[in-house]
Amino acid sequence: MRFVDEYRDADKARALSARIASLCEPGRTYKFMEVCGGHTHTIYKHGLEDYLPETITLVHGPGCPVCVIPMGRVDDAIHIAEQPDVIMTSFGDMMRVPGGRGSFFDSTAQGADIRMVYSPLDALKIARREPDRRVVFMAIGFETTTPSTAMTVLRAAAEDVRNFSVFCNHVTIIPAIKAILDSPDLRLDGFIGPGHVSTIIGCRPYEFIARDYGRPLVVAGFEPLDILQSVYMLLLQLAEGRSEVENQYARVVPWAGNGKALRAITEVMELRPYFEWRGLGFISHSALRMREKYAAYDAERLFDIPGNRVADPKACQCGEVLKGVLKPWECKVFGTACTPETPIGTCMVSSEGACAAYYNFGRFSRQRVREATR
Amino acid sequence: MCLGIPGEIVEIPPGQTDLARVDVSGVRRVVNIGLLDGQPLRPGDWVLIHVGFALSKIDEAEARAALEFLEGIGQAYEDELAALRDSSIER
Repeated sequence: MRFVDEYRDADKARALSARIASLCEPGRTYKFMEVCGGHTHTIYKHGLEDYLPETITLVHGPGCPVCVIPMGRVDDAIHIAEQPDVIMTSFGDMMRVPGGRGSFFDSTAQGADIRMVYSPLDALKIARREPDRRVVFMAIGFETTTPSTAMTVLRAAAEDVRNFSVFCNHVTIIPAIKAILDSPDLRLDGFIGPGHVSTIIGCRPYEFIARDYGRPLVVAGFEPLDILQSVYMLLLQLAEGRSEVENQYARVVPWAGNGKALRAITEVMELRPYFEWRGLGFISHSALRMREKYAAYDAERLFDIPGNRVADPKACQCGEVLKGVLKPWECKVFGTACTPETPIGTCMVSSEGACAAYYNFGRFSRQRVREATR
Repeated sequence: MCLGIPGEIVEIPPGQTDLARVDVSGVRRVVNIGLLDGQPLRPGDWVLIHVGFALSKIDEAEARAALEFLEGIGQAYEDELAALRDSSIER
């Protein structure tokens, strides 16, 4: 597997590690945020922090679609699922996300018809097959996933499928990054930019981060060496006094993104004035809703939705974890009351959540380091 | 969630402009290729797939590296493959 070795060679990792160390200014500490949960997963899985000097901290960002869904929206979805003739559909990741009244799984036990689907197109297919039922797709996700929902709505409209609708919870990554940059809690030195989101939006939307905030951003792939190389590129920019957007993942991410996908999103959806994110609170223009033109496919218009705001459980510190202010193991309930089997907070639900990734992999690597340095 | 998984195109059914049959780690399913308008696709080409849609065309080296990596991450990829196995988007 020559191909694979190119991306995961241990010698290369050590060589990169040495170059990274040589770029660090003595006495200076660095904080880089990896925005995407997929990167968080890689970092813990491969113990990448062990390859970095102690003066570099990787801060985990809000890019976990399941993690940022507020509890009230889960309750709204369950309310829709309980209406007569409704089949609620969503991705498997969504099933265990706790709302104020329990999760989708709890709700199916009480008789609601909630089905896991791989693709919104599977939900549309259920609608075609069961014309007497109202099939709702609980749409979640960042720009990686949004085009799929938009394309499915366009397909439903083209075929005039009348019993299919979308409960739209799509969020956009840029306003979340801006909210973190504007937050006084955290001083960041640069960003590891999301890989698959960028296949859709491209690299230009990040330019304000470099231009207006003076922070470098490197769009990165998901292999361990990709992430180490991105850290190296960030440090090199800082050492040379530059702040630019660079694309380490150019083998997949086109600089201009995917025009067809962006046009599909714009056709079907528009920005909401504001949206609540779990942990981050209300953020302006940070989520999408269905346009009036597609009202017939908009579950928010078709159903009477309670829209109640539900505060997160007091013990849960997902908010601080999502903002990068707390590391997973610093949360009071981490690994005790809150585990992947019985999650209290969303960060423990999804495999991309920082808490689940750390629980499954990271704590072992940390333990190894602690034992080695004893 | 934002997992992109590589699949090799095995067939583009005649008369369909936006569907292709792909092979992902031995699982063969139909995915939508409508987001790759304007990029000619042929059997043997690799694409990055997310929730039933091909997001971008990738080269074979990238595909193989990504696959090996995904197979290494374990449960998350197993879940994704199981979901793909249950998926059938064609009419």
